Amino acid sequence: MSFALGKKLGMTRFFDESGNHVPVTLVEVGPCWITQIKTVPNDGYNAIQIGYQKTKEKSLNKPRLGHLKKSGTEPVRHLKEFRIDDLGDHKQGDVLGADRFEAGQSLTITGYSKGRGFAGVFKRYGFHGPNASHGSHEVKRHGGAIGAHTDPGKVWKGQKMAGHMGNARVTVKNLSVMKVIPEHNLVLIKGAVPGARNSLLEIVLSQR
Amino acid sequence: MQQLHLVTSEQLKTDIPEFKAGDTVKVHVRVIEGEKERIQIFQGIVIERSGEGVNASFKVRKVSAGIGVERVFPLHSPRVAKIEPIRIGKVRRAKLFYLSKLSGKAARIKEKTTR
Repeated sequence: MSFALGKKLGMTRFFDESGNHVPVTLVEVGPCWITQIKTVPNDGYNAIQIGYQKTKEKSLNKPRLGHLKKSGTEPVRHLKEFRIDDLGDHKQGDVLGADRFEAGQSLTITGYSKGRGFAGVFKRYGFHGPNASHGSHEVKRHGGAIGAHTDPGKVWKGQKMAGHMGNARVTVKNLSVMKVIPEHNLVLIKGAVPGARNSLLEIVLSQR
Repeated sequence: MQQLHLVTSEQLKTDIPEFKAGDTVKVHVRVIEGEKERIQIFQGIVIERSGEGVNASFKVRKVSAGIGVERVFPLHSPRVAKIEPIRIGKVRRAKLFYLSKLSGKAARIKEKTTR
């Protein structure tokens, strides 16, 4: 199983061999360092912890630095654990890059969506809203009724209302790899991935 | 941004002739029919150029059998085999959308004689 941490760089278009233009997202994949290998006898489960985005030593706290020192890797901003059954031949200190992926593969990508702040029901749930005419007044972007009267005498849980939108963990499956540029650790992915530019992404090769 | 440029720069064509809105061009379009590939020519007036870099495109208008046809081509698409400017137009707008409302003699564009 291949996995990595990466950064969304932005979207552009890509012309494939037959001349079709494909919307693509450019993602920087790695370099990631294996900072810790967790095993069943030691930790109760199998996992590989990787670090991404080299940073200055002074911007990390001492516990983090001590942990990284133990693994002998670079100071990294992000640490993330990937649970896998078969640890394979991964070693602490190994560097993982974009060369672990190849064109045609299918990826599962997780990121944090762009934050929209406190959003109304139009934007958040796509409500259509009340009539603009036919005697309608004082209501413009309202959601309408939120429940019945004495029975049930409450508002059901999960009722769609205005509230915070975005900045949530979003996973997109079946994103296909268009092209890999291993020397620059870049991967072109067909379609969009969650999040703003320069936001952190977890990239995992889709199962099956 | 630099990395985006790295990916798109290799897709940019280098042999694009200079042309702008108002010019008459012949666009050689690759048409794929099953296995075969042939070149189809779309000739008309450029009414818009837009976009930058790999996203650049242009819109060509022609009148075919009395019906106006406007077609947008991505400038750097491999489907656009060749762009051949054949007449330089004298226009005072960057976008010539007003041509869509005009027909016949009114839709003519004067030729620019001096460069």
